[in-house]
Amino acid sequence: MATTLAATRTPLTIRGLGGAIRLESLIVLVILIVGLSIASPYFLSLSNAFNILLATSVIGILGFASTFVIAAAGIDLSVGSVLGFSAVVSAISVNAIGLPWPFAILSALLAGAFCGAINGLLIARARIPAFIVTLGMLGVARGAALVLTNGQPVYGLPAPIVWLGQGRPLGVPVPAIVFILVALVTHVVLSSTTFGKYALVIGDNEAAARATGIRVDRHRILLYTLSGTLAGLAGLLFAARVNSGDPTAGTSYELTAITAAILGGTNLFGGRASVIGTLIGALIMGVLQNGLNLLAVSSFYQQMAIGAVLVLAVWLDQINRGRARS
Amino acid sequence: MSLLDLVDVRKSFGPVEALRGVTFSVDAGEAVALLGDNGAGKSTLMKTITGIHRLTSGTIRFAGADLAGQGPGEIRARGIEMIYQDLALARQQDVASNIFLGREPTRRVFGISVIDKPRIEREAEAMIQRLGARVPSVRYLVGNLSGGQQQSVAIARALTFSPKLVIMDEPTAALAVREVEHVLDLVRELKRQGIAVILISHRLTDVFAVCDRVVALRQGQVVADEAIAETSMNAVVAHIVGAA
Ligand SMILES: Nc1ncnc2c1ncn2[C@@H]1O[C@H](COP(=O)(O)OP(=O)(O)O)[C@@H](O)[C@H]1O
Ligand SMILES: [Mg+2]
Repeated sequence: MATTLAATRTPLTIRGLGGAIRLESLIVLVILIVGLSIASPYFLSLSNAFNILLATSVIGILGFASTFVIAAAGIDLSVGSVLGFSAVVSAISVNAIGLPWPFAILSALLAGAFCGAINGLLIARARIPAFIVTLGMLGVARGAALVLTNGQPVYGLPAPIVWLGQGRPLGVPVPAIVFILVALVTHVVLSSTTFGKYALVIGDNEAAARATGIRVDRHRILLYTLSGTLAGLAGLLFAARVNSGDPTAGTSYELTAITAAILGGTNLFGGRASVIGTLIGALIMGVLQNGLNLLAVSSFYQQMAIGAVLVLAVWLDQINRGRARS
Repeated sequence: MSLLDLVDVRKSFGPVEALRGVTFSVDAGEAVALLGDNGAGKSTLMKTITGIHRLTSGTIRFAGADLAGQGPGEIRARGIEMIYQDLALARQQDVASNIFLGREPTRRVFGISVIDKPRIEREAEAMIQRLGARVPSVRYLVGNLSGGQQQSVAIARALTFSPKLVIMDEPTAALAVREVEHVLDLVRELKRQGIAVILISHRLTDVFAVCDRVVALRQGQVVADEAIAETSMNAVVAHIVGAA
């Protein structure tokens, strides 16, 4: 009960941009950019901006997936593993099996959708908690990726697919373009369609959703399927960028994805979420990572930083709500 | 034939028999009070009518159609609206969104169907005006409104889609005196328009002020079904507590 009460007050937000964006997040992003521009002469440039977008694209897309699921008061811990599984299935379909290159795209998306649909069915129909189902899928999908490849990356993808990961028309990396397109589409879906609205209402008050005729179970299945499909797309981009299906791809990315969503103002207990907010959250993670790289900080520390940022973001949110209530 | 007919309606939650053969009818334009002690089965009965609970056995007919197996969305579309005891509002959504919840009008923009927000806000605003409700703006988040204002939103939602039957589960429990008068006026107005009302309330003065009939439930069974004109508060209390 405490959580639903806590969820009713909105912290400092910008309303209007189709949902609540956390003002603090935008400020943090600006401060990071200004600070890193001063700290490193290489930071502030167009090509480095593209690098950041490129580095953020995969986790950003996973962040959008998490945004929908968390909006409905769910959680998807399997996105990183599903990314790896999809990358492997995609590579095998065109490499070992030898299907034409479009099947790399199709198989990646289908592999992701398949995992997501299973998550959704187990959560909505078998009524197993999302935390358990997706934790199970985290293990199963990763294991399947390793089994399918014997633990070795599947090297060599068709040229059009490699272009998806490495191409730079007019200097802009293709994954960055895909990332922005996915952001726009998912933003419209979450903020302006009944699909997005119902996700938020289910997360806000499931009984109200049922009472007003929203098909809650069906919607949940669709939400997890969407999450899996986006993880599949992220897997495709990942594989294309490294020109191989690596069974370890995306390990622990769920941490970054969920952090991006929470940083962006998504209510961990459901009912409030924004794709633009998550985009800002993902960029914070991307800029942080890029800056730490430029400053030659070890990636082990970066992992620690991401985990700490997640807890800090939720903590600040709780403090904010407490203040709004009193 | 009546607007709503319940015949031998039963509902069990596992071993708990919440409804044990309920039979009664409601006519168009009639206000029926549903009374009973806490746990008598009033809310369960209403949620069975609105499709939230699946009935264990029996029949529910509404406007000539059997409601068996239909979900809440289909039953709303047939003209039954309910104001739930806990209001069933999404607190992080604004007033307009809550009023149109589950029935959002859409329009096509670049081939995708988006919610027609201007229309929702316009019509929600009109509905709030018509009810004379004091809600500052239809863009306010419902969670930031007072209890009485939230009640108004729930009522507005129930009345926006031209219902034939409105069920109110303890709508006055959380209200101040003047707001209670408002709800009672509303029930009279609905009756005038030929809309049937089922009112669940513990306040017998309210019930006697606006209802035509009382149905009393005890332990999941109908123990009294009487015209208001032919009974008294004392008799009704006796039915509810089982002293008669
Ligand atoms: N979802 C449920 N699961 C199990 N038992 C329930 C459920 N809903 C109601 N009951 C039981 O059914 C009986 C009637 O409850 P209810 O309809 O809420 O009574 P009232 O609204 O008249 O106070 C009670 O014994 C209650 O515990
Ligand atoms: Mg009740």
